[in-house]
Amino acid sequence: MNSLLTQEVPLSWYLLLSALLFALGVVGFLIKRNLITVFMSIELMLNAVNLSFVTFAHQWHAVKGQIFVFFVMMVAAAEAAVGLAIIIAVFRARATLAVDRIDLMKL
Amino acid sequence: MHLILFFVFAGFCLAGAINLLLQSHPINSALSLIVVMTSLAVLYLLLGAEFLAAAQVIVYAGAIMVLFTFVVMLLNAGREERTLGSRSARAVGFPAVVAILGVIATVIVKAQGLGAAGLRDGITSTEDLSRVLFTELLLPFEVTSVLILIAILGAVALASHGPGERPAGK
Repeated sequence: MNSLLTQEVPLSWYLLLSALLFALGVVGFLIKRNLITVFMSIELMLNAVNLSFVTFAHQWHAVKGQIFVFFVMMVAAAEAAVGLAIIIAVFRARATLAVDRIDLMKL
Repeated sequence: MHLILFFVFAGFCLAGAINLLLQSHPINSALSLIVVMTSLAVLYLLLGAEFLAAAQVIVYAGAIMVLFTFVVMLLNAGREERTLGSRSARAVGFPAVVAILGVIATVIVKAQGLGAAGLRDGITSTEDLSRVLFTELLLPFEVTSVLILIAILGAVALASHGPGERPAGK
């Protein structure tokens, strides 16, 4: 029991988890048919990459990896605001959120 | 302890991500994504990134996901229809995903020199983080604030009514 309490986790497991989350995000991007859910899959991919950054920051004892994650979060917030505004504009013009029916750039 | 916490929250992460794919209603997908992001915050804390764990909960699980659920409810998004998409996209896409995952996993497993994370490792304090952020990386930080400002203006311009459909009285 004592060994279980003090056992360390190899960093490669964190990287594997990150790769799995990224792959699940790509699969969601491919199979989901709702514009908002497709956008959520992109956020999932961003989060998976952030986990890799934090893992490598821990590996190299570098602070800059964590700061990069901070910047990714800021850009993701800006991206979510603009993306959801675009989704609202598309919904107003087309009255649908199904990606199969949104196939023209022109509103 | 670290091992147990890692398995519990990595399991939450994967279960939430798979649930996001299986749910057909967007609001259920959004709630699963909140589970994924909150579990990731715990994993950040296990890796010693205390500031990022807090920021993950506040910015991602808080602000961004509230925005998502708000838009889902505002647009009254219903159950999505299950169409299969184009056949070529399925034929090329899924093998490509499996191939990419296989390549990345092989590289990670074969990589030498990766350390381990335990509870004894110190955490990166917010003080250390902010010292680097506000001295060496001050210019990127300020540029990011300009980016946020532009994003706010763009979001307002995109989501507001166009000139043709302005409501009466304006």
